[in-house]
Amino acid sequence: MSIKVENLTKKYGTQKAVDDISFEVKEGEILGFLGPNGAGKTTTMKIITCYMAPSEGDVQVHGNSIHEAPDLIKKKIGYLPESNPLYYDMPVLEYLEFVADLQGVPKDQVQKRIVEMVRVCGLNIEKHKKIGELSKGFRQRVGLAQAMIHDPEILILDEPTTGLDPNQIVEIRKLIRELGREKTVILSTHILPEVEATCDRILIINQGKIVADGTPDSLRNKAQGTEVLRVQISEAVSEDEVISSLQELETVAMVDPVPLNENTFMINSQPEKSSRKDIFNLCVSKNWVLTELSPIETKLEDIFRELTTN
Amino acid sequence: MKSVWIIAQRELRSFFDSLIAYIMIVVFLGLSGFFTWLFGSDIFLIGQATLQPFFSVAYWTLFFFIPALTMKMLAEEKRSGTLELLLTKPVSDWQVLLGKFTAALLLIVIALVLTIPYYITVWAIGPIDHGAVWCGYLGMILMSMAYIGIGLFASSITNNQIVAFLTALFIGLFFLIIFDVLANNFSGWLSQLFYFLSISTHYESISRGVVDSKDVIYFLSIAFLGLTLAESVLSKRNIVEN
Repeated sequence: MSIKVENLTKKYGTQKAVDDISFEVKEGEILGFLGPNGAGKTTTMKIITCYMAPSEGDVQVHGNSIHEAPDLIKKKIGYLPESNPLYYDMPVLEYLEFVADLQGVPKDQVQKRIVEMVRVCGLNIEKHKKIGELSKGFRQRVGLAQAMIHDPEILILDEPTTGLDPNQIVEIRKLIRELGREKTVILSTHILPEVEATCDRILIINQGKIVADGTPDSLRNKAQGTEVLRVQISEAVSEDEVISSLQELETVAMVDPVPLNENTFMINSQPEKSSRKDIFNLCVSKNWVLTELSPIETKLEDIFRELTTN
Repeated sequence: MKSVWIIAQRELRSFFDSLIAYIMIVVFLGLSGFFTWLFGSDIFLIGQATLQPFFSVAYWTLFFFIPALTMKMLAEEKRSGTLELLLTKPVSDWQVLLGKFTAALLLIVIALVLTIPYYITVWAIGPIDHGAVWCGYLGMILMSMAYIGIGLFASSITNNQIVAFLTALFIGLFFLIIFDVLANNFSGWLSQLFYFLSISTHYESISRGVVDSKDVIYFLSIAFLGLTLAESVLSKRNIVEN
């Protein structure tokens, strides 16, 4: 089930929450939707799930447009909204049955699906309680269970791990990974390590526009541009000599001593070149001892901050 | 159609789970029983085998009870966000509204069915006009439909249950009293118009045992208008929200 978003625009009054965005999600892909608060993530999700109509543009789910076949699309999507709204006065099992009925799960399958969801989401000990009596983490699990009850081909999860404890977060991520093998998943989150841990592809949006699109690795490469190394050299005569020798290397662009750390330097290589080999050879020829040589990865946090602050 | 029934069932169950249904039925039976049998112009005072006292009490109690039933139906779902959950399931706005409408109507019908012993008792006391009784019940149900339509509309325009309740009462008041008063104060076609808009005009003729299609259409169109307006308010989420 592929999702194709074409020139989507959504205006609230004069403010554009989503501004002419287009992207495509392939079958079996897990797409991480990143962006600061108010960037338009939730609005986009609400449009894909046919809750809101866009001001302009179209979304096609497996070739069906949201303007023409909302009921068909709604059947294929499992959706967990941001604030995880639930009927607090309903017992868990009754609620799951209600959702299964609404989603048109065949009568003879309903109980089987409920049992399956209770198992997958770890709801067994709380299944007879009213939803209002559950803790936040368990409510979140009920939210996930209702989203998956009809075994949808597409899962749209708006911040699925909020309110869960670290163990549950790991479990839910694992679950999403597993589901992502056969299903198309779109999930939004603020937690960057979560995206790295679960998603095949990242989409960063800011002020309603897409500012980055790619795998976590490709985004990192793009943002980084040049190689940055942290190097520690001991047994040298003086720091100044080391700096000047390093500076002379063809592949090195810039050398900075790291303050407070003796004999440690940050080295920027020339664009699209690696200076690691040259540094090693230099140390060998000068009889210096190379005690550290580590590439510094640009963190996703940095990319995110760079792209979304103005 | 199936979705409508699933939603109606859930609403009805939540009425009974939350005690609303029991309170409403007990108070409805208590009030109407009290005024029908014990107090004021009750049956023994009139000295006729008629359910007229019951119908005139119910005429007022339903006016207060129905907004209390409908006030949370959309307002609460909008406030808590469950409306989003509901509308992202394969159901249309209309199916949601009709489901809620059906649930409220069913609860009223249950309450009315529980007053059948009144009918049987009066029947045992003296010669009763069966046609008038059944028409009276039909009138109650039709009037309830109109009030539920109004109530759902009132509930759709706000996130606050109290506002929804008061709005429904306010709109209801026009149909119940104000149009009647206006009809008496004006003359000519304006008077005719207000006279036609007043619920009492139509209700009285039905409860006398005369079922005119004009009266039936009147109640049904108020209900339909209420639902249509509620639907157009609900679909406004497509234009502006938050």
